[in-house]
Amino acid sequence: MSDSEKKTNRRDFLFTASYTVGAVGIGATIWPFIDQMNPDSSVKALATTEVDISQIEPGKSITVLWRGKPVFIKRRTETEISEAKAVSLEDLKHPEKDEDRVKKAEWLVMMGICSHLGCVPLSDKGEYNGWFCPCHGSHYDTSGRIRKGPAPTNMEIPKYAFIDDNTIRIG
Amino acid sequence: MSEHTYTPKSKFGKWFNDRLPLLSLASHLTDYPTPKNLNYWWTFGGILTFCLLSQIITGLVLAMHYVAHADLAFNSVEHIMRDVNYGWLIRYIHSNGASMFFLAVYIHIFRSLFYGSYKSPREIIWILGMIIYLLMMATAFMGYVLPWGQMSFWGATVITNLFSAIPLFGESITTWLWGGYSVDNPTLTRFFSLHYLFPFLILGLVILHIWALHVPGNNNPIGIDVKKPSKDTVPFHPYITIKDLFALLIFLIIFSGFIFFAPNVLGHSDNYIQANPLVTPKHIVPEWYLLPFYAILRSVPDKLGGVILMFGSIFILMALPWLDSSKVRSSVFRPLNKIFFWVLVVDVLALGYVGAMPAEGLYLFVARVGTIYYFAHFLVILPLLSRIEKTQPLPLSITEPVLTGMPKVEFIKSDKPDV
Repeated sequence: MSDSEKKTNRRDFLFTASYTVGAVGIGATIWPFIDQMNPDSSVKALATTEVDISQIEPGKSITVLWRGKPVFIKRRTETEISEAKAVSLEDLKHPEKDEDRVKKAEWLVMMGICSHLGCVPLSDKGEYNGWFCPCHGSHYDTSGRIRKGPAPTNMEIPKYAFIDDNTIRIG
Repeated sequence: MSEHTYTPKSKFGKWFNDRLPLLSLASHLTDYPTPKNLNYWWTFGGILTFCLLSQIITGLVLAMHYVAHADLAFNSVEHIMRDVNYGWLIRYIHSNGASMFFLAVYIHIFRSLFYGSYKSPREIIWILGMIIYLLMMATAFMGYVLPWGQMSFWGATVITNLFSAIPLFGESITTWLWGGYSVDNPTLTRFFSLHYLFPFLILGLVILHIWALHVPGNNNPIGIDVKKPSKDTVPFHPYITIKDLFALLIFLIIFSGFIFFAPNVLGHSDNYIQANPLVTPKHIVPEWYLLPFYAILRSVPDKLGGVILMFGSIFILMALPWLDSSKVRSSVFRPLNKIFFWVLVVDVLALGYVGAMPAEGLYLFVARVGTIYYFAHFLVILPLLSRIEKTQPLPLSITEPVLTGMPKVEFIKSDKPDV
Protein backbone atom coordinates (compact mmCIF):
# COMPACT_ATOMS: atom_id res chain seq x y z
CA MET A 1 0.00 0.00 0.00
CA SER A 2 2.62 2.48 1.10
CA ASP A 3 4.63 1.61 -1.98
CA SER A 4 1.86 2.42 -4.44
CA GLU A 5 0.97 5.57 -2.49
CA LYS A 6 4.51 6.74 -2.86
CA LYS A 7 4.36 6.12 -6.59
CA THR A 8 1.11 8.06 -6.85
CA ASN A 9 2.63 10.97 -5.00
CA ARG A 10 5.59 11.06 -7.28
CA ARG A 11 3.29 11.05 -10.30
CA ASP A 12 1.10 13.72 -8.72
CA PHE A 13 4.12 15.91 -8.33
CA LEU A 14 5.04 15.42 -11.97
CA PHE A 15 1.51 16.26 -13.06
CA THR A 16 1.36 19.37 -10.90
CA ALA A 17 4.78 20.47 -12.04
CA SER A 18 3.89 19.98 -15.72
CA TYR A 19 0.56 21.77 -15.34
CA THR A 20 2.28 24.67 -13.60
CA VAL A 21 4.97 25.02 -16.22
CA GLY A 22 2.31 24.69 -18.92
CA ALA A 23 0.10 27.34 -17.33
CA VAL A 24 3.00 29.77 -16.95
CA GLY A 25 4.00 29.15 -20.55
CA ILE A 26 0.48 29.69 -21.84
CA GLY A 27 0.11 32.81 -19.71
CA ALA A 28 3.38 34.22 -20.97
CA THR A 29 2.28 33.53 -24.54
CA ILE A 30 -1.15 35.08 -24.13
CA TRP A 31 0.06 38.25 -22.40
CA PRO A 32 1.53 39.93 -25.52
CA PHE A 33 -1.78 39.34 -27.30
CA ILE A 34 -3.65 41.06 -24.49
CA ASP A 35 -1.17 43.84 -23.87
CA GLN A 36 -1.02 44.83 -27.55
CA MET A 37 -4.44 46.35 -27.00
CA ASN A 38 -3.18 48.77 -24.32
CA PRO A 39 -2.18 52.32 -25.37
CA ASP A 40 0.88 52.13 -27.61
CA SER A 41 3.99 54.31 -27.44
CA SER A 42 2.71 56.79 -30.01
CA VAL A 43 -0.46 57.31 -28.04
CA LYS A 44 1.47 57.73 -24.79
CA ALA A 45 3.84 60.20 -26.47
CA LEU A 46 1.04 62.75 -26.88
CA ALA A 47 0.97 63.20 -23.15
CA THR A 48 1.34 67.00 -22.78
CA THR A 49 -0.30 70.01 -24.36
CA GLU A 50 0.50 73.70 -23.80
CA VAL A 51 -2.36 76.19 -23.93
CA ASP A 52 -2.35 79.99 -24.23
CA ILE A 53 -5.04 81.38 -21.95
CA SER A 54 -4.43 85.11 -22.37
CA GLN A 55 -7.44 85.60 -24.64
CA ILE A 56 -10.07 84.15 -22.31
CA GLU A 57 -12.45 86.75 -20.83
CA PRO A 58 -13.90 86.28 -17.32
CA GLY A 59 -16.93 83.99 -17.46
CA LYS A 60 -15.77 82.39 -20.70
CA SER A 61 -14.17 79.04 -21.26
CA ILE A 62 -12.27 77.22 -23.95
CA THR A 63 -12.07 73.55 -24.75
CA VAL A 64 -8.82 71.94 -25.78
CA LEU A 65 -8.09 68.40 -26.84
CA TRP A 66 -5.67 66.45 -24.65
CA ARG A 67 -5.14 62.70 -25.19
CA GLY A 68 -8.18 62.68 -27.46
CA LYS A 69 -10.38 64.08 -24.72
CA PRO A 70 -11.69 67.60 -24.19
CA VAL A 71 -10.30 69.70 -21.35
CA PHE A 72 -12.34 72.70 -20.16
CA ILE A 73 -10.37 75.79 -19.18
CA LYS A 74 -12.78 78.21 -17.54
CA ARG A 75 -12.00 81.70 -16.29
CA ARG A 76 -14.54 81.97 -13.53
CA THR A 77 -16.25 85.20 -12.43
CA GLU A 78 -16.29 86.35 -8.80
CA THR A 79 -19.89 85.16 -8.43
CA GLU A 80 -19.07 81.72 -9.74
CA ILE A 81 -16.10 81.39 -7.41
CA SER A 82 -18.09 82.47 -4.37
CA GLU A 83 -20.95 80.18 -5.35
CA ALA A 84 -18.52 77.26 -5.54
CA LYS A 85 -16.92 78.15 -2.22
CA ALA A 86 -20.23 78.66 -0.43
CA VAL A 87 -21.36 75.06 -0.91
CA SER A 88 -21.29 72.95 2.22
CA LEU A 89 -19.39 69.68 1.83
CA GLU A 90 -22.37 67.80 3.25
CA ASP A 91 -24.43 68.69 0.16
CA LEU A 92 -21.94 66.97 -2.13
CA LYS A 93 -22.10 63.44 -3.45
CA HIS A 94 -18.33 63.47 -3.96
CA PRO A 95 -17.11 65.91 -1.30
CA GLU A 96 -14.22 68.07 -2.48
CA LYS A 97 -13.46 71.67 -1.53
CA ASP A 98 -13.36 74.14 -4.38
CA GLU A 99 -9.87 75.18 -3.22
CA ASP A 100 -8.64 71.63 -3.78
CA ARG A 101 -9.89 71.58 -7.34
CA VAL A 102 -8.09 74.71 -8.58
CA LYS A 103 -4.57 76.11 -8.49
CA LYS A 104 -5.77 79.70 -8.96
CA ALA A 105 -9.36 80.37 -7.94
CA GLU A 106 -10.01 82.21 -11.21
CA TRP A 107 -9.02 79.28 -13.39
CA LEU A 108 -10.83 75.97 -13.37
CA VAL A 109 -9.01 73.37 -15.47
CA MET A 110 -10.78 70.03 -15.72
CA MET A 111 -11.54 67.13 -18.03
CA GLY A 112 -14.64 67.93 -20.05
CA ILE A 113 -15.86 64.40 -19.51
CA CYS A 114 -18.93 63.43 -17.58
CA SER A 115 -17.91 60.84 -14.99
CA HIS A 116 -21.01 58.81 -15.82
CA LEU A 117 -20.46 57.47 -19.32
CA GLY A 118 -18.02 59.87 -20.90
CA CYS A 119 -20.15 62.44 -22.73
CA VAL A 120 -19.08 66.08 -23.00
CA PRO A 121 -21.25 68.21 -20.69
CA LEU A 122 -22.62 71.55 -21.90
CA SER A 123 -21.34 74.66 -20.12
CA ASP A 124 -23.51 77.26 -18.34
CA LYS A 125 -26.37 74.81 -18.19
CA GLY A 126 -28.16 72.82 -15.53
CA GLU A 127 -29.60 73.60 -12.15
CA TYR A 128 -26.29 74.64 -10.56
CA ASN A 129 -25.08 77.12 -13.23
CA GLY A 130 -22.14 74.90 -14.05
CA TRP A 131 -22.39 72.10 -16.55
CA PHE A 132 -25.14 69.78 -17.67
CA CYS A 133 -24.62 66.44 -19.38
CA PRO A 134 -27.25 65.92 -22.08
CA CYS A 135 -26.75 62.16 -22.25
CA HIS A 136 -28.16 61.03 -18.95
CA GLY A 137 -28.92 64.26 -17.12
CA SER A 138 -26.05 64.90 -14.68
CA HIS A 139 -25.82 68.42 -13.21
CA TYR A 140 -22.45 69.92 -12.18
CA ASP A 141 -21.78 73.11 -10.22
CA THR A 142 -19.35 75.95 -10.99
CA SER A 143 -16.54 73.85 -9.59
CA GLY A 144 -17.41 70.89 -11.83
CA ARG A 145 -18.70 68.87 -8.89
CA ILE A 146 -21.54 66.44 -9.36
CA ARG A 147 -24.73 67.71 -7.73
CA LYS A 148 -27.56 65.76 -9.30
CA GLY A 149 -27.92 62.83 -11.70
CA PRO A 150 -26.34 59.43 -12.26
CA ALA A 151 -22.65 60.48 -12.44
CA PRO A 152 -20.73 59.03 -9.47
CA THR A 153 -17.90 61.55 -9.13
CA ASN A 154 -16.89 65.13 -9.85
CA MET A 155 -15.36 65.90 -13.20
CA GLU A 156 -11.71 64.92 -13.07
CA ILE A 157 -8.90 67.44 -12.68
CA PRO A 158 -5.99 66.58 -14.99
CA LYS A 159 -2.38 67.09 -14.04
CA TYR A 160 -1.50 70.63 -15.11
CA ALA A 161 0.79 73.52 -14.27
CA PHE A 162 0.94 77.25 -14.90
CA ILE A 163 4.12 77.85 -16.86
CA ASP A 164 3.53 81.60 -16.62
CA ASP A 165 0.47 83.83 -16.22
CA ASN A 166 -0.69 83.17 -19.75
CA THR A 167 0.24 79.55 -20.37
CA ILE A 168 -0.92 76.25 -18.93
CA ARG A 169 0.72 72.92 -19.56
CA ILE A 170 -1.65 69.97 -19.32
CA GLY A 171 -0.20 66.57 -18.64
CA MET B 1 -29.21 11.15 -36.04
CA SER B 2 -28.31 7.76 -34.67
CA GLU B 3 -31.63 6.03 -35.37
CA HIS B 4 -31.28 7.08 -38.97
CA THR B 5 -29.90 4.52 -41.38
CA TYR B 6 -29.13 5.69 -44.85
CA THR B 7 -27.23 4.09 -47.72
CA PRO B 8 -26.43 6.10 -50.83
CA LYS B 9 -27.62 4.51 -54.07
CA SER B 10 -24.53 5.09 -56.21
CA LYS B 11 -21.30 3.23 -55.66
CA PHE B 12 -19.29 6.46 -55.48
CA GLY B 13 -21.82 7.90 -53.10
CA LYS B 14 -21.40 4.93 -50.83
CA TRP B 15 -17.60 5.11 -51.06
CA PHE B 16 -17.66 8.80 -50.19
CA ASN B 17 -20.29 8.50 -47.48
CA ASP B 18 -18.33 5.77 -45.71
CA ARG B 19 -15.41 8.19 -45.46
CA LEU B 20 -17.28 11.44 -44.79
CA PRO B 21 -20.99 10.94 -44.05
CA LEU B 22 -22.14 14.19 -45.64
CA LEU B 23 -24.85 12.36 -47.58
CA SER B 24 -26.18 10.87 -44.36
CA LEU B 25 -26.28 14.36 -42.91
CA ALA B 26 -28.16 15.67 -45.97
CA SER B 27 -30.58 12.77 -45.71
CA HIS B 28 -31.12 13.45 -42.02
CA LEU B 29 -31.85 17.11 -42.71
CA THR B 30 -34.25 16.22 -45.53
CA ASP B 31 -36.25 13.59 -43.66
CA TYR B 32 -36.01 15.26 -40.24
CA PRO B 33 -39.45 14.61 -38.73
CA THR B 34 -41.11 17.91 -37.88
CA PRO B 35 -44.35 18.37 -35.93
CA LYS B 36 -47.08 18.97 -38.47
CA ASN B 37 -48.79 21.73 -36.49
CA LEU B 38 -45.92 24.26 -36.63
CA ASN B 39 -47.32 27.72 -37.31
CA TYR B 40 -45.68 30.71 -38.98
CA TRP B 41 -43.96 31.77 -35.75
CA TRP B 42 -41.73 28.74 -36.40
CA THR B 43 -40.43 30.10 -39.72
CA PHE B 44 -38.08 32.61 -38.10
CA GLY B 45 -35.26 30.11 -37.64
CA GLY B 46 -34.93 29.89 -41.40
CA ILE B 47 -35.33 33.65 -41.76
CA LEU B 48 -32.56 34.21 -39.21
CA THR B 49 -30.22 31.87 -41.06
CA PHE B 50 -30.89 33.91 -44.18
CA CYS B 51 -30.21 37.15 -42.26
CA LEU B 52 -26.86 35.88 -40.99
CA LEU B 53 -25.70 34.77 -44.43
CA SER B 54 -26.92 38.02 -46.00
CA GLN B 55 -24.98 40.06 -43.41
CA ILE B 56 -21.84 37.98 -43.96
CA ILE B 57 -21.97 38.32 -47.75
CA THR B 58 -22.76 42.05 -47.83
CA GLY B 59 -20.22 42.65 -45.06
CA LEU B 60 -17.53 40.82 -47.00
CA VAL B 61 -18.17 43.10 -49.97
CA LEU B 62 -18.26 46.28 -47.87
CA ALA B 63 -14.91 45.34 -46.32
CA MET B 64 -13.40 45.44 -49.82
CA HIS B 65 -14.15 49.17 -50.04
CA TYR B 66 -14.13 50.37 -46.45
CA VAL B 67 -11.04 51.86 -44.80
CA ALA B 68 -10.70 51.30 -41.07
CA HIS B 69 -8.96 54.53 -40.05
CA ALA B 70 -10.31 57.40 -37.97
CA ASP B 71 -9.38 59.94 -40.67
CA LEU B 72 -10.65 57.93 -43.62
CA ALA B 73 -13.51 55.75 -42.42
CA PHE B 74 -16.27 58.35 -42.72
CA ASN B 75 -15.25 59.31 -46.24
CA SER B 76 -14.79 55.70 -47.31
CA VAL B 77 -18.40 55.02 -46.33
CA GLU B 78 -19.50 58.00 -48.43
CA HIS B 79 -17.30 56.61 -51.20
CA ILE B 80 -19.19 53.33 -50.94
CA MET B 81 -22.49 55.21 -51.09
CA ARG B 82 -21.59 57.44 -54.05
CA ASP B 83 -18.83 55.86 -56.14
CA VAL B 84 -18.79 52.09 -55.74
CA ASN B 85 -21.09 50.31 -58.20
CA TYR B 86 -24.21 49.37 -56.28
CA GLY B 87 -22.35 50.34 -53.11
CA TRP B 88 -25.44 52.17 -51.83
CA LEU B 89 -27.51 49.02 -52.26
CA ILE B 90 -25.06 46.73 -50.55
CA ARG B 91 -24.58 49.13 -47.63
CA TYR B 92 -28.31 49.64 -47.21
CA ILE B 93 -28.87 45.87 -47.26
CA HIS B 94 -26.19 45.54 -44.57
CA SER B 95 -27.37 48.40 -42.34
CA ASN B 96 -31.07 47.59 -42.63
CA GLY B 97 -30.20 43.90 -42.53
CA ALA B 98 -28.97 44.37 -38.97
CA SER B 99 -32.35 45.77 -37.98
CA MET B 100 -34.24 43.00 -39.76
CA PHE B 101 -31.96 40.45 -38.08
CA PHE B 102 -32.94 41.81 -34.67
CA LEU B 103 -36.60 42.06 -35.61
CA ALA B 104 -36.56 38.38 -36.54
CA VAL B 105 -34.56 37.36 -33.48
CA TYR B 106 -36.98 39.15 -31.14
CA ILE B 107 -39.94 37.35 -32.73
CA HIS B 108 -37.99 34.08 -32.48
CA ILE B 109 -37.24 34.69 -28.77
CA PHE B 110 -40.80 35.68 -27.88
CA ARG B 111 -42.02 32.60 -29.79
CA SER B 112 -39.91 30.51 -27.43
CA LEU B 113 -41.26 32.40 -24.43
CA PHE B 114 -44.88 31.86 -25.43
CA TYR B 115 -44.62 28.20 -26.37
CA GLY B 116 -42.13 27.24 -23.64
CA SER B 117 -39.49 26.12 -26.12
CA TYR B 118 -36.78 26.84 -23.54
CA LYS B 119 -38.09 24.12 -21.23
CA SER B 120 -36.63 20.66 -20.76
CA PRO B 121 -35.19 19.03 -22.82
CA ARG B 122 -34.32 22.16 -24.83
CA GLU B 123 -32.38 24.24 -22.26
CA ILE B 124 -29.10 24.02 -24.15
CA ILE B 125 -30.75 25.22 -27.36
CA TRP B 126 -32.09 28.19 -25.42
CA ILE B 127 -28.75 29.03 -23.77
CA LEU B 128 -26.90 28.75 -27.08
CA GLY B 129 -29.53 31.06 -28.53
CA MET B 130 -28.94 33.60 -25.77
CA ILE B 131 -25.18 33.50 -26.39
CA ILE B 132 -25.87 34.07 -30.09
CA TYR B 133 -28.09 37.00 -29.13
CA LEU B 134 -25.33 38.50 -26.94
CA LEU B 135 -22.81 38.12 -29.76
CA MET B 136 -25.30 39.70 -32.16
CA MET B 137 -25.57 42.74 -29.93
CA ALA B 138 -21.79 43.04 -29.65
CA THR B 139 -21.40 42.65 -33.42
CA ALA B 140 -24.12 45.18 -34.21
CA PHE B 141 -22.68 47.67 -31.74
CA MET B 142 -19.19 47.42 -33.22
CA GLY B 143 -20.56 47.61 -36.75
CA TYR B 144 -22.40 50.81 -35.89
CA VAL B 145 -19.09 52.37 -34.83
CA LEU B 146 -17.36 51.71 -38.17
CA PRO B 147 -18.88 54.59 -40.23
CA TRP B 148 -17.28 56.91 -37.65
CA GLY B 149 -20.18 59.35 -37.51
CA GLN B 150 -21.25 61.27 -34.42
CA MET B 151 -23.54 58.49 -33.16
CA SER B 152 -20.84 55.92 -33.88
CA PHE B 153 -18.32 57.81 -31.79
CA TRP B 154 -20.56 58.74 -28.89
CA GLY B 155 -22.35 55.42 -28.84
CA ALA B 156 -18.93 53.76 -28.59
CA THR B 157 -17.91 56.21 -25.85
CA VAL B 158 -21.00 55.58 -23.75
CA ILE B 159 -20.99 51.80 -24.15
CA THR B 160 -17.27 51.33 -23.48
CA ASN B 161 -17.61 53.61 -20.46
CA LEU B 162 -20.06 51.09 -19.01
CA PHE B 163 -17.01 49.03 -18.13
CA SER B 164 -15.55 51.91 -16.13
CA ALA B 165 -18.27 51.18 -13.56
CA ILE B 166 -16.41 48.01 -12.58
CA PRO B 167 -14.82 48.60 -9.17
CA LEU B 168 -11.01 48.92 -9.02
CA PHE B 169 -10.19 47.74 -12.54
CA GLY B 170 -12.79 49.82 -14.40
CA GLU B 171 -10.44 52.48 -15.68
CA SER B 172 -7.69 50.11 -16.83
CA ILE B 173 -10.27 47.95 -18.59
CA THR B 174 -11.70 50.89 -20.55
CA THR B 175 -8.21 52.11 -21.43
CA TRP B 176 -7.41 48.61 -22.62
CA LEU B 177 -10.59 48.44 -24.68
CA TRP B 178 -9.85 51.82 -26.26
CA GLY B 179 -6.12 51.35 -26.80
CA GLY B 180 -5.75 54.93 -25.63
CA TYR B 181 -7.35 57.47 -23.33
CA SER B 182 -10.50 57.89 -25.39
CA VAL B 183 -12.29 56.27 -28.30
CA ASP B 184 -9.91 56.85 -31.19
CA ASN B 185 -8.21 55.19 -34.14
CA PRO B 186 -6.97 52.12 -32.18
CA THR B 187 -10.55 51.55 -31.02
CA LEU B 188 -11.87 51.76 -34.57
CA THR B 189 -9.36 49.30 -36.03
CA ARG B 190 -9.94 46.67 -33.33
CA PHE B 191 -13.70 47.03 -33.64
CA PHE B 192 -13.38 46.42 -37.37
CA SER B 193 -11.31 43.32 -36.77
CA LEU B 194 -13.77 41.93 -34.23
CA HIS B 195 -16.79 42.95 -36.26
CA TYR B 196 -15.36 40.76 -39.00
CA LEU B 197 -14.71 37.85 -36.65
CA PHE B 198 -17.92 37.68 -34.61
CA PRO B 199 -20.34 36.70 -37.42
CA PHE B 200 -18.29 33.55 -37.93
CA LEU B 201 -18.48 32.79 -34.22
CA ILE B 202 -22.23 33.28 -34.52
CA LEU B 203 -22.30 30.94 -37.49
CA GLY B 204 -20.51 28.27 -35.46
CA LEU B 205 -22.96 28.70 -32.59
CA VAL B 206 -25.88 28.56 -35.01
CA ILE B 207 -24.65 25.16 -36.15
CA LEU B 208 -24.50 24.00 -32.51
CA HIS B 209 -27.96 25.56 -31.92
CA ILE B 210 -29.42 23.53 -34.81
CA TRP B 211 -27.54 20.41 -33.78
CA ALA B 212 -28.93 20.72 -30.25
CA LEU B 213 -32.37 21.25 -31.78
CA HIS B 214 -32.13 18.07 -33.84
CA VAL B 215 -31.56 15.95 -30.74
CA PRO B 216 -35.04 16.35 -29.15
CA GLY B 217 -36.65 17.77 -32.31
CA ASN B 218 -38.87 20.84 -32.59
CA ASN B 219 -41.22 21.98 -29.91
CA ASN B 220 -44.69 22.77 -31.31
CA PRO B 221 -47.64 25.06 -30.64
CA ILE B 222 -49.34 22.67 -28.20
CA GLY B 223 -46.01 21.92 -26.55
CA ILE B 224 -46.45 18.16 -26.09
CA ASP B 225 -43.81 15.59 -26.94
CA VAL B 226 -44.44 13.87 -30.25
CA LYS B 227 -43.34 10.46 -31.39
CA LYS B 228 -40.97 10.66 -34.33
CA PRO B 229 -41.64 9.77 -37.04
CA SER B 230 -45.38 9.31 -36.64
CA LYS B 231 -48.67 10.64 -37.94
CA ASP B 232 -47.90 13.75 -35.89
CA THR B 233 -44.85 14.61 -37.99
CA VAL B 234 -44.00 15.50 -41.56
CA PRO B 235 -40.57 15.32 -43.26
CA PHE B 236 -38.69 18.64 -43.18
CA HIS B 237 -38.42 18.60 -46.96
CA PRO B 238 -40.58 19.54 -48.79
CA TYR B 239 -43.19 20.51 -46.16
CA ILE B 240 -41.16 22.84 -43.96
CA THR B 241 -38.71 24.04 -46.59
CA ILE B 242 -41.52 25.38 -48.77
CA LYS B 243 -43.29 26.96 -45.82
CA ASP B 244 -40.07 28.58 -44.60
CA LEU B 245 -39.40 29.81 -48.12
CA PHE B 246 -42.84 31.40 -48.36
CA ALA B 247 -42.35 33.14 -45.00
CA LEU B 248 -38.92 34.29 -46.15
CA LEU B 249 -40.47 35.85 -49.26
CA ILE B 250 -42.92 37.88 -47.16
CA PHE B 251 -40.05 38.88 -44.89
CA LEU B 252 -37.96 39.93 -47.91
CA ILE B 253 -40.79 42.16 -49.16
CA ILE B 254 -40.74 44.07 -45.86
CA PHE B 255 -36.92 44.07 -45.87
CA SER B 256 -36.90 45.48 -49.44
CA GLY B 257 -39.45 48.08 -48.41
CA PHE B 258 -36.94 49.45 -45.93
CA ILE B 259 -33.96 49.17 -48.30
CA PHE B 260 -35.61 50.93 -51.23
CA PHE B 261 -38.15 53.27 -49.68
CA ALA B 262 -36.93 54.11 -46.18
CA PRO B 263 -33.25 53.11 -45.91
CA ASN B 264 -32.45 55.62 -43.17
CA VAL B 265 -35.62 55.55 -41.15
CA LEU B 266 -34.16 53.13 -38.58
CA GLY B 267 -30.85 54.98 -38.36
CA HIS B 268 -30.00 58.33 -36.83
CA SER B 269 -29.28 61.40 -38.96
CA ASP B 270 -26.46 62.48 -36.62
CA ASN B 271 -24.43 59.57 -37.94
CA TYR B 272 -24.07 61.46 -41.23
CA ILE B 273 -21.92 64.00 -39.33
CA GLN B 274 -18.30 62.97 -38.94
CA ALA B 275 -17.20 61.99 -35.43
CA ASN B 276 -16.14 64.95 -33.29
CA PRO B 277 -14.65 64.22 -29.86
CA LEU B 278 -15.39 67.78 -28.68
CA VAL B 279 -19.14 67.82 -29.24
CA THR B 280 -21.64 65.35 -27.87
CA PRO B 281 -24.91 65.22 -29.83
CA LYS B 282 -27.86 66.72 -27.96
CA HIS B 283 -29.54 63.38 -27.59
CA ILE B 284 -27.65 60.09 -27.77
CA VAL B 285 -29.71 57.04 -28.57
CA PRO B 286 -28.57 53.56 -29.48
CA GLU B 287 -30.10 51.64 -32.37
CA TRP B 288 -33.73 50.72 -31.77
CA TYR B 289 -32.99 47.10 -30.93
CA LEU B 290 -30.94 48.06 -27.88
CA LEU B 291 -33.39 50.63 -26.52
CA PRO B 292 -35.10 48.49 -23.82
CA PHE B 293 -31.72 47.76 -22.23
CA TYR B 294 -30.73 51.40 -22.54
CA ALA B 295 -33.93 52.35 -20.71
CA ILE B 296 -33.03 49.93 -17.91
CA LEU B 297 -29.52 51.40 -17.70
CA ARG B 298 -30.85 54.94 -17.39
CA SER B 299 -33.63 54.11 -14.96
CA VAL B 300 -31.14 53.46 -12.15
CA PRO B 301 -29.76 56.61 -10.50
CA ASP B 302 -26.45 54.87 -9.81
CA LYS B 303 -23.72 54.12 -12.34
CA LEU B 304 -22.68 50.64 -11.22
CA GLY B 305 -26.26 49.71 -10.34
CA GLY B 306 -27.47 50.71 -13.79
CA VAL B 307 -24.77 48.69 -15.51
CA ILE B 308 -25.44 45.63 -13.33
CA LEU B 309 -29.19 45.75 -13.99
CA MET B 310 -28.66 46.21 -17.72
CA PHE B 311 -26.40 43.17 -18.05
CA GLY B 312 -28.56 41.33 -15.52
CA SER B 313 -31.63 41.82 -17.67
CA ILE B 314 -29.96 39.72 -20.37
CA PHE B 315 -28.27 37.14 -18.16
CA ILE B 316 -31.50 36.50 -16.27
CA LEU B 317 -32.87 35.03 -19.49
CA MET B 318 -30.22 32.31 -19.38
CA ALA B 319 -31.71 31.07 -16.11
CA LEU B 320 -35.22 31.08 -17.52
CA PRO B 321 -35.57 27.27 -17.92
CA TRP B 322 -35.08 26.97 -14.17
CA LEU B 323 -37.07 30.03 -13.13
CA ASP B 324 -40.16 28.74 -14.88
CA SER B 325 -40.63 25.22 -13.62
CA SER B 326 -44.13 24.61 -14.98
CA LYS B 327 -44.24 21.20 -16.67
CA VAL B 328 -46.63 22.48 -19.33
CA ARG B 329 -44.71 24.12 -22.16
CA SER B 330 -47.23 25.90 -24.34
CA SER B 331 -49.03 28.96 -23.02
CA VAL B 332 -52.06 27.74 -24.96
CA PHE B 333 -52.72 25.57 -21.90
CA ARG B 334 -51.49 28.10 -19.36
CA PRO B 335 -54.25 30.70 -18.97
CA LEU B 336 -52.32 32.92 -16.56
CA ASN B 337 -48.94 32.70 -18.25
CA LYS B 338 -50.64 33.68 -21.50
CA ILE B 339 -51.74 36.97 -19.92
CA PHE B 340 -48.39 37.68 -18.28
CA PHE B 341 -46.61 36.90 -21.55
CA TRP B 342 -48.46 39.74 -23.25
CA VAL B 343 -47.85 42.04 -20.30
CA LEU B 344 -44.13 41.32 -20.72
CA VAL B 345 -44.35 42.11 -24.44
CA VAL B 346 -46.00 45.46 -23.66
CA ASP B 347 -43.44 46.08 -20.91
CA VAL B 348 -40.48 45.52 -23.24
CA LEU B 349 -42.05 47.68 -25.95
CA ALA B 350 -42.71 50.43 -23.40
CA LEU B 351 -39.10 50.21 -22.19
CA GLY B 352 -37.98 50.51 -25.81
CA TYR B 353 -40.12 53.60 -26.28
CA VAL B 354 -38.90 55.42 -23.17
CA GLY B 355 -35.34 54.37 -24.01
CA ALA B 356 -35.60 56.60 -27.06
CA MET B 357 -36.94 59.53 -25.04
CA PRO B 358 -35.03 61.88 -22.70
CA ALA B 359 -34.47 60.37 -19.24
CA GLU B 360 -36.68 62.76 -17.27
CA GLY B 361 -40.15 63.24 -15.82
CA LEU B 362 -42.79 60.76 -16.86
CA TYR B 363 -40.43 58.87 -19.20
CA LEU B 364 -38.09 58.16 -16.34
CA PHE B 365 -40.99 57.04 -14.16
CA VAL B 366 -42.24 54.65 -16.84
CA ALA B 367 -38.69 53.33 -17.32
CA ARG B 368 -38.43 52.60 -13.60
CA VAL B 369 -41.79 50.87 -13.39
CA GLY B 370 -40.95 48.93 -16.57
CA THR B 371 -37.58 47.85 -15.19
CA ILE B 372 -39.08 46.67 -11.92
CA TYR B 373 -41.77 44.77 -13.78
CA TYR B 374 -39.25 43.17 -16.13
CA PHE B 375 -37.30 41.67 -13.26
CA ALA B 376 -40.46 40.83 -11.33
CA HIS B 377 -41.76 38.88 -14.31
CA PHE B 378 -38.77 36.54 -14.31
CA LEU B 379 -37.93 36.45 -10.61
CA VAL B 380 -41.37 36.55 -9.00
CA ILE B 381 -44.23 35.97 -11.42
CA LEU B 382 -42.85 33.00 -13.39
CA PRO B 383 -41.66 30.99 -10.35
CA LEU B 384 -44.99 31.65 -8.61
CA LEU B 385 -47.06 30.80 -11.68
CA SER B 386 -45.30 27.47 -12.03
CA ARG B 387 -46.67 26.60 -8.59
CA ILE B 388 -50.14 28.10 -8.47
CA GLU B 389 -51.35 28.11 -12.05
CA LYS B 390 -54.12 25.64 -12.93
CA THR B 391 -53.18 24.49 -16.40
CA GLN B 392 -55.67 23.15 -18.90
CA PRO B 393 -55.68 19.48 -19.97
CA LEU B 394 -53.17 18.59 -22.66
CA PRO B 395 -54.18 16.66 -25.77
CA LEU B 396 -52.65 13.19 -26.17
CA SER B 397 -51.27 13.90 -29.60
CA ILE B 398 -51.25 16.57 -32.27
CA THR B 399 -53.65 14.59 -34.41
CA GLU B 400 -56.17 13.78 -31.70
CA PRO B 401 -57.79 17.22 -31.19
CA VAL B 402 -57.80 17.73 -34.97
CA LEU B 403 -59.72 14.49 -35.58
CA THR B 404 -62.11 14.81 -32.69
CA GLY B 405 -62.61 18.53 -32.58
CA MET B 406 -62.11 18.78 -28.84
CA PRO B 407 -59.99 16.66 -26.57
CA LYS B 408 -62.20 13.87 -25.25
CA VAL B 409 -62.19 13.38 -21.53
CA GLU B 410 -61.13 9.73 -21.76
CA PHE B 411 -58.09 10.69 -23.83
CA ILE B 412 -57.07 13.49 -21.57
CA LYS B 413 -54.08 12.97 -19.42
CA SER B 414 -53.22 14.91 -16.31
CA ASP B 415 -51.51 18.25 -16.76
CA LYS B 416 -48.19 16.61 -17.39
CA PRO B 417 -46.71 16.09 -20.84
CA ASP B 418 -45.20 12.84 -22.05
CA VAL B 419 -41.86 12.08 -20.53
